[in-house]
Amino acid sequence: MKHAEFYQRDRNVHPPALTPNYKTSAARSPRYAPISLQNSLSEITGPVFGHGDIDPIDRDLIRNYAKDGDPVGERIIVHGRVLDENARPVPETLVEIWQANAGGRYRHRKDTYLAPIDPNFGGCGRTLTDENGYYYFRTVKPGAYPWRNWVNNWRPAHVHVSVFGSGFVQRLITQMYFEGDPLIPHCPIVQTIPDPDAIEQLIAKLDLNATIPLDSIAYKFDIVLRGRRSTLFENRLEGN
Amino acid sequence: MPQTLHYLRETASQTAGPYVHIGLAPGAAGFHIYDQELGHDIAGPNARGQRIRVEGLVIDGTGSAVKDVLLEVWQANADGYYAHPEGGKEVEDGFRGWGRVITDFETGEWGFDTVKPGAVMGRHGRPMAPHLNLWIVARGINLGLNTRMYFEDEAQANADDPVINLIEWERRRATLIARRDGERDGVPRYRFDIRLQGEDETVFFDI
Repeated sequence: MKHAEFYQRDRNVHPPALTPNYKTSAARSPRYAPISLQNSLSEITGPVFGHGDIDPIDRDLIRNYAKDGDPVGERIIVHGRVLDENARPVPETLVEIWQANAGGRYRHRKDTYLAPIDPNFGGCGRTLTDENGYYYFRTVKPGAYPWRNWVNNWRPAHVHVSVFGSGFVQRLITQMYFEGDPLIPHCPIVQTIPDPDAIEQLIAKLDLNATIPLDSIAYKFDIVLRGRRSTLFENRLEGN
Repeated sequence: MPQTLHYLRETASQTAGPYVHIGLAPGAAGFHIYDQELGHDIAGPNARGQRIRVEGLVIDGTGSAVKDVLLEVWQANADGYYAHPEGGKEVEDGFRGWGRVITDFETGEWGFDTVKPGAVMGRHGRPMAPHLNLWIVARGINLGLNTRMYFEDEAQANADDPVINLIEWERRRATLIARRDGERDGVPRYRFDIRLQGEDETVFFDI
């Protein structure tokens, strides 16, 4: 059996390991160059998830932790497709998200920001893309919050997103931002990415067509994972 | 004008941040939301082969343990096959070969139970020594770090491994070898500390 390789990762799209304005990277960034590895089976395979792993309500952050009512905040739909660099959909892949509540507070034992915890909001969700790579979540818009980096840094509103793809080389964690947020250009974490177009690609667009009238506003966020070769004679991973 | 190539560009990575647990290990963040958190059982009940435990620390450039890491493992079964449509052969029922662990908030220790993988066929028909593929994310890590863990007690296979042999600096190869650290209840333990910086910085791969 022959296996197709994935395109090499374009490292210019991603933030470098050492980004001094995001201070925590200073002691946590490798100093040596990573060793480039051509794909073997260990890289082109990856975990497979199914509907038995998750529950349909997991994608609904308005209901999946609600105790005695809805969470406070702007009701939003976050939806889009997971595609590869060939613009082909990535079906049946696991997408996981997490975020702060509308006040900018995380439900986490280590978060001590003074904004209140929302008793009806957990802040995490997960879903599988459908056969067309499509996914959606219902949630509330997260608030901006301050963080200790420089004295006065604020994170723009954001949703953390984790995606698998079909091979372990496609594994990705990123953050989704919201169109029009004035904090985006001031955020040292956003600005770890040197390429302005790559930053633009992290900003979800307001999608009026997908809003639910009198109910929820919508943002569209497509996620692109690494593409895979299809030219057969380039495919030889093993044999000869 | 030449034609345009209509490739999309990969979405840029951003750090998993300090609150990665909320999304990927909510129990550790301090609340119960899912009936089933993913990644706790790597090998499943029917896995063939030797049960093992793997433990370690992730150590930063100041020599301190990193206490907010999330680590994922991807591995073959004891016969060297991955639980994937292109993994080679059917694997045991319940064997996923993927797991997710976090470090202890106080000590930075992480650990997981699994089975020792078999040798996996590599490129050009050259077998790769038994190994675990690891992926590390945390606050301050802008793009998840990929590395491999090999086993001290596979010295000959390691010496022949095509990936280990790609590493030009022989003394750095040792950073990928887990040390055998006794047994507990008949289960061998392996120790694998990952160093993000410093003289013994772990070898990371651009895969």
